[in-house]
Amino acid sequence: MTAFRRLVLRDLRLALRQGGDAAMVVAFFVLTVILFPFGVGPEAELLARIAAGILWVTALLAALLSLERLFQADWEDGSLEALALMPLPLEAQVLAKCLAHWLVAGLPLIVVAPLLALLLHLDRAGYPALLLGLLLGTPSLSLIGAVGAALSLGARRGGVLLSLLVLPLYIPVLIFGVAAVEAAIGGFGARPHLLLLGALLAGALALAPLAAAAALRQALE
Amino acid sequence: MPAPPSPDLPASGFAGRGVACRRGERLVFAGLSFLVPPGGALVLTGLNGSGKSSLLRLMAGLTPPETGMLAWDGMPVRDDPAAHRARLHFIGHHDAVKPVLTVAETLAFWAGMRGGAAVSPALERFGLAALAAWPCRLLSAGQRRRLALARLAASPAALWLLDEPLTGLDSDAIADLAAAIAAHRAQGGLVVLSTHAVLPLESAETLSLTDFAVRTAA
Repeated sequence: MTAFRRLVLRDLRLALRQGGDAAMVVAFFVLTVILFPFGVGPEAELLARIAAGILWVTALLAALLSLERLFQADWEDGSLEALALMPLPLEAQVLAKCLAHWLVAGLPLIVVAPLLALLLHLDRAGYPALLLGLLLGTPSLSLIGAVGAALSLGARRGGVLLSLLVLPLYIPVLIFGVAAVEAAIGGFGARPHLLLLGALLAGALALAPLAAAAALRQALE
Repeated sequence: MPAPPSPDLPASGFAGRGVACRRGERLVFAGLSFLVPPGGALVLTGLNGSGKSSLLRLMAGLTPPETGMLAWDGMPVRDDPAAHRARLHFIGHHDAVKPVLTVAETLAFWAGMRGGAAVSPALERFGLAALAAWPCRLLSAGQRRRLALARLAASPAALWLLDEPLTGLDSDAIADLAAAIAAHRAQGGLVVLSTHAVLPLESAETLSLTDFAVRTAA
């Protein structure tokens, strides 16, 4: 087994054994989305118009919720120090941890998103764009979030700092994610927006591990 | 293009020349030189805060030296940090043990990350064989320390850097560690460790960091 796979499996195993995390992210996603019909009223037309925005904003917040722990636990118990001295480059390790984070906190959101979309009366034409958009967008959320999680290591109130660092960087993903759904509903074709989400993911895949690894090394000094 | 070995560096072993370390605004020590030959052991002593841990972290490459250089077999360590990481074991203050993983899983993970696989013999060596299936949250502080040290035996590395390895260990575990170190050195391995207690080591050099402390005009 390669060291990369080993690290992914360890993080998955930790997440599953500790239970909580994955279930909490999904529960947060579901509950927050359900709040909206109560807040803005049950009018189907209104809900349908804002459904894409609600789902994407809530997905961003749900992903953010679990990011604080991405490196925190490893940092506290000395694992991060030991990991940094392993032969596998820290950049690759960041990628492995992001993959595990996405499998635990990103993928479940995509699974429940159609049910919530149904609840919000999302137009049928918007479903493929919503799901494809989430599939392309949520890995970017994990990757960008990893940079913030690495930068806020050791800071008091790291969670708040993390939100301040990361949420502005999530804006492009949000814009194109919502635009893809709106375009599909409007009959314009979601392809350009999905391609842009793919481009964001490609950029995050290349840059985020470098930035996060640099921040981790700084935190370990 | 690799630079030729510098003439003033020893051709074999782990050496430091004129190393200084800064933590925050404070220069902890300066002008420190050392040499650990193959099979050698270096014991770091000194008062609290004299920089034993800092020196070990610096030797591991976690922090860059403020001035000076480290060399392995005559080649500067900073020229190839990946090769340096591959040849060392660093056991710091924290045990890097996850409460929800079992003892065997923990060791298999750390050994696997370095390509080693000698999990059962390593557990045996540090008296943990009977606890292999236990989740780590049930371990005592001394047992967690043993588990951290078992990483040394589970995958090979030429250089062992141990920060206060004896903390929490009972006399059996200390003997196990001493035996592991002796076997490692017999194969030409190097050990650098810091300790306040006495660990029976043959022909170990001692380096007192208090001698290199930088006096600040207070």
